[in-house]
Amino acid sequence: MAFSEQEILAGLAEIVSEETGLPTDSVLPEKSFTDDLDIDSLSMMTIVTLAEEKFGVRIPDDEVKNLSSVADVVKFIAGAQAA
Amino acid sequence: MASAPDVVITGLGATTPLGGDVDSTWKSALAGRSGVRTMDNDWAVKYEIPVAFAGTLAVPAADILTRPETRKMDPSAQYATIAAREAWAHAGSPDVAPERLGAVVGSGIGGVWTILSAWDTIREKGARRALPMTVPMLMPNSPAANISIEFGAKAGAHAPVSACASGAEAIAYGAQMIRSGRADVVIAGGTEAAVHPMPISSFAAMKALSTRNDDPAGASRPYDVTRDGFVLGEGAGIVILESAAHAAARGATVLAHVSGFGMTSDAHHIAAPEPTGVGQTGAMRTALADADLTARDVVHVNAHATSTPVGDMIEARGIRSLFGADADHVVLSATKSMMGHLLGAAGAVETILTVLALRDHVAPPTINVTQPDPQLDLDLVRDTPRALPAGPIAAINNSFGFGGHNVALVLTSA
Repeated sequence: MAFSEQEILAGLAEIVSEETGLPTDSVLPEKSFTDDLDIDSLSMMTIVTLAEEKFGVRIPDDEVKNLSSVADVVKFIAGAQAA
Repeated sequence: MASAPDVVITGLGATTPLGGDVDSTWKSALAGRSGVRTMDNDWAVKYEIPVAFAGTLAVPAADILTRPETRKMDPSAQYATIAAREAWAHAGSPDVAPERLGAVVGSGIGGVWTILSAWDTIREKGARRALPMTVPMLMPNSPAANISIEFGAKAGAHAPVSACASGAEAIAYGAQMIRSGRADVVIAGGTEAAVHPMPISSFAAMKALSTRNDDPAGASRPYDVTRDGFVLGEGAGIVILESAAHAAARGATVLAHVSGFGMTSDAHHIAAPEPTGVGQTGAMRTALADADLTARDVVHVNAHATSTPVGDMIEARGIRSLFGADADHVVLSATKSMMGHLLGAAGAVETILTVLALRDHVAPPTINVTQPDPQLDLDLVRDTPRALPAGPIAAINNSFGFGGHNVALVLTSA
């Protein structure tokens, strides 16, 4: 089953919150993982791995460097599950 | 040449089966309570494990740490972090240059929960599901590294791995760092989080564990004729070591002195202690010589005494042979009777109990001894605490590990 962008955002916020301790409502689409949320590369890879599992998609390693904002990841997952 | 700095202890921290901190652990120990419980999970039945109980933490780490902290640290590092924070605060958060602060935290087994769950994940879901923090969490130096990062310890972070002697070896190593001038303050101790089906099954396969499933609290019974093996426990103990001059300059309260240590190896067998106990005796003898004390000065020994049929009596005979008639003045406590065996944390937690025994002039009890082994030729403190002599006193904490590691620490009152 496909997740809506809203569902993906909510699920991603849960993963980020578990990993970092940030409240889920601080994980907003316009936030940058590194600049706004202060997430290091190891935590980013953890979030990507958990998001792949949660949404049943594959996010290639080459793609991760292009996903700087929360919205980027939400859009990528939405597109990947449609494919 | 100037003499080596005197090493003192200015802070204590612990999380154990008896309590979530030092104070509750000490109160429970003096009360002779047991922290050994039947495990509330289905492992024992599901995997046909012959042992269904352990000395699990009195206060779960998850009740103390934040969720991200528990996700980024193996339980072994979590326990060490809890103990280190308590010890650091207890010492008054020493103002020390990062280059003069060290961290030495040992473990017997390391991140066993992390390594095994990662392998399960990879087998079930493939390599892409391996989490990137797996290696930093499972490595046995992880507790020392995490503590060095949190407290900014740049004089060196070290992780002795010497089985059940690791925690005591870490304290000896930390004292050596101060004596040799490498550090003014060292966060030192041991940690273990091995209450997991794999270690329990494997220790059980060695016939090393008590199988008294119908009486968990009574299962660890050092020196009792019916002792049938040790009880696995978990936890961490951390002490703040400091040069006496550094502690005096900042007006810190000195809890005890680390006056001497001895470390030997049996070079005999990978799991069995050398039967004459010569290596263990050697550790105690060199520790006393290092402290410039004689056996007559020692009034209390916290024995390694795990409650195995063979091990306990080798140590007891070693104490008698080293001390001779002076052993008549020594009282012996076997605190694993209450907590179980904390493996790499045991030597550190038992050092803390020994420091408190010196501070309060009272030796904690040994529980579950109803029929003392007739070969025990020492004064074992049973059931209720025993007062220690007033004035300056000295004690020994013994820790021995699989592989033939023997560590003895001589501690003296403040």
